[in-house]
Amino acid sequence: MKIAMPVGKKDIATNVGTSFGRSPYFLVYDTETKESEFIENNAAMSSGGAGVKAAQTVIDSDAAVLLTPQCGENAANTLKSANIEIYKTTSKSIMESIDAYIAGELQTLDEIHDGFHDHGGH
Amino acid sequence: MKQLLILSGKGGTGKTTIASAFIKLSDAKAYADCDVDAPNLHLITDQEVVPERSDYYALPKAVIDPNLCINCDLCRQSCRFDAIYVDQVYKVDSFACEGCAVCELVCPSDAITMEPTVAGELALYKNQGKVFSTAHLKMGEGTSGLLVTEVKKQMAAEVKDVEMAIIDGSPGIGCPVIASLSGVDMVLVVAEPSISGISDMERIVKTASRFGTKTAICVNKYDTNLENTRKIEEYCKEKGLALVGKIPFDPEAVKAINSGNTIVDVDCPSGRAAAEVYEKTVKILLDEDRELVL
Amino acid sequence: MKIAVLSGKGGTGKTLVSVNLAAAAKNSTYIDCDVEEPNGHLFFKPTDVVEEDVTVKIPEVDNELCNGCKKCVEFCRFNALAYTRDKLIVFDDICHSCGGCMMVCPVDALTEIDKSIGKVQMGKSEGVHVYTGILNPGQPSGIPIIQRLLEEGKSAEEDVILIDSPPGSACTVMETIKDTDYCILVAEPTVFGVHNLNMVYELVKLFNKPFGVVLNKSLEGENPAEQFCIERNINILGKIPFDNHLGTLNSNAEIAVRKSEKYKELFTTLLDTVKKEVHHETTINP
Repeated sequence: MKIAMPVGKKDIATNVGTSFGRSPYFLVYDTETKESEFIENNAAMSSGGAGVKAAQTVIDSDAAVLLTPQCGENAANTLKSANIEIYKTTSKSIMESIDAYIAGELQTLDEIHDGFHDHGGH
Repeated sequence: MKQLLILSGKGGTGKTTIASAFIKLSDAKAYADCDVDAPNLHLITDQEVVPERSDYYALPKAVIDPNLCINCDLCRQSCRFDAIYVDQVYKVDSFACEGCAVCELVCPSDAITMEPTVAGELALYKNQGKVFSTAHLKMGEGTSGLLVTEVKKQMAAEVKDVEMAIIDGSPGIGCPVIASLSGVDMVLVVAEPSISGISDMERIVKTASRFGTKTAICVNKYDTNLENTRKIEEYCKEKGLALVGKIPFDPEAVKAINSGNTIVDVDCPSGRAAAEVYEKTVKILLDEDRELVL
Repeated sequence: MKIAVLSGKGGTGKTLVSVNLAAAAKNSTYIDCDVEEPNGHLFFKPTDVVEEDVTVKIPEVDNELCNGCKKCVEFCRFNALAYTRDKLIVFDDICHSCGGCMMVCPVDALTEIDKSIGKVQMGKSEGVHVYTGILNPGQPSGIPIIQRLLEEGKSAEEDVILIDSPPGSACTVMETIKDTDYCILVAEPTVFGVHNLNMVYELVKLFNKPFGVVLNKSLEGENPAEQFCIERNINILGKIPFDNHLGTLNSNAEIAVRKSEKYKELFTTLLDTVKKEVHHETTINP
């Protein structure tokens, strides 16, 4: 299966990103092949609706699960509509987070915040 | 690096006055002004160097090429924002244009394109290890949330080995405020003892709590309404929030600001009270074990 | 006559001035266009309030007709649409109601429905007709509400209409002053005040509106905002001194004109000055 995570750099050794919608990149990790793919998040420079666009990017990557420290409500609703599960990371390390998920140690992300709502236009 | 954000809810409570005092007291190596609609911090922090400026682009706006336009009027009819008008030729009112691109879609002669438009300007001041990031949104523009994020990013990209950064936040309770909250370690809410001031303070506290940010409150110009100040004290007790001080109304403060000084550059009652607020705030900010209690 | 009250930043005294001028006029209309944080009604406490919803158009998808082509998702500049495996989701709060998605849909799967973004309230407070606009939290734009308020205000019979504008010089302010006859800029006596006064000064010049300045929270000594006006030959309509009593009345949401003879006189004089200015303007610029 594929796991998605927000990251600041295209580097497996970097920390897990602190926010989802405007994360510069997403890591898509395949648990079977153990391969990592980094995709650019075009939503990062959006004036508005970044969460929606970011979620669309994750959906299109075929990830089944998202690991993130936090997530806004527009992103969360979009992901949930696509049956993608969202789990809360507890560590800054990417590999530790992935291992923790596989070991069933992570909780689902329940505290969805209002979103940063950077409104495009007026 | 720990980031301290100073917010107030309604304008005019003294946020920038207090932020500038803190910057002086901490000899801050990194600070930012996130009030991109009406930035003020640069007026009382000495900036000796010329800043690096960069343009900020928001949504592209429609532009009509009169040479290709066939005057069919379809664009004006389709525009929901009354942004297209005729003044000898068809033109776009860039203040009203929302960048939806419907006009580009309907134009039968490809006369309309969506062009990147400068919606504001970022400025980065770098001087002897100190970094100050600020920006100004152009008149009539929206999207200040994204520009706020750029201001913080610009500061974070420049700093190395800085213990504490001070961020003067935007007024209000809308998206620019929420954008300022992202990633900060602590919020100091400057509350005004008035009905609207209290209402805004409550909304910010609620918003900060959803991000799990440490929150403290101080009351500015507290002696203008002792009854309301008491209400704020009770609110803090009830919510388990740190009330880090009360600053009196002080005409000396106005004089100091108008001379380009902070309130801690002169000896005055508000400056002395602000210094105490600063000590208490920083203690909470740098204390790893202190959790937000609500 | 339509008079808008502006300031570059919040907390300068816009509401203080607009509420008290409306009260001083006895028979007047007060319109609160600061729809994100309306405060005027806290002072007027209007009665006989009638409320109406303000709606905008939002797309609705018929998932039976939708074929998943995602042309609408790609078109939307505001990222208000997402397609998830088998259905289209619309994000109301981000949608700007431009109608574009409906136009690009090749199978006519999108139609428009009305969505409430807030309301306008109309009430009375002694001789003042009070119009309040309230934007629902999370909504991107208060402009439709401002437009509705100003439309309602047009039907007002009272001679004097005071419009309390949002702070700053954003698009909401522009919408507010579009059709006014005169603008009052409120300034406070600090370097911040001047910097922000400059912003709205630029705005009223851009829109070619006749205007004057009221210096609020005036203290003894140098007043940078006053200097600013003198240097540019800007008409100073009046000064409101910093006064603890006024501050207390204001922080308790009381209308100074109705509670104090001194302030009744001050604001009545100010109103007369403004009326003269407006008549003067209409005479020389019909």
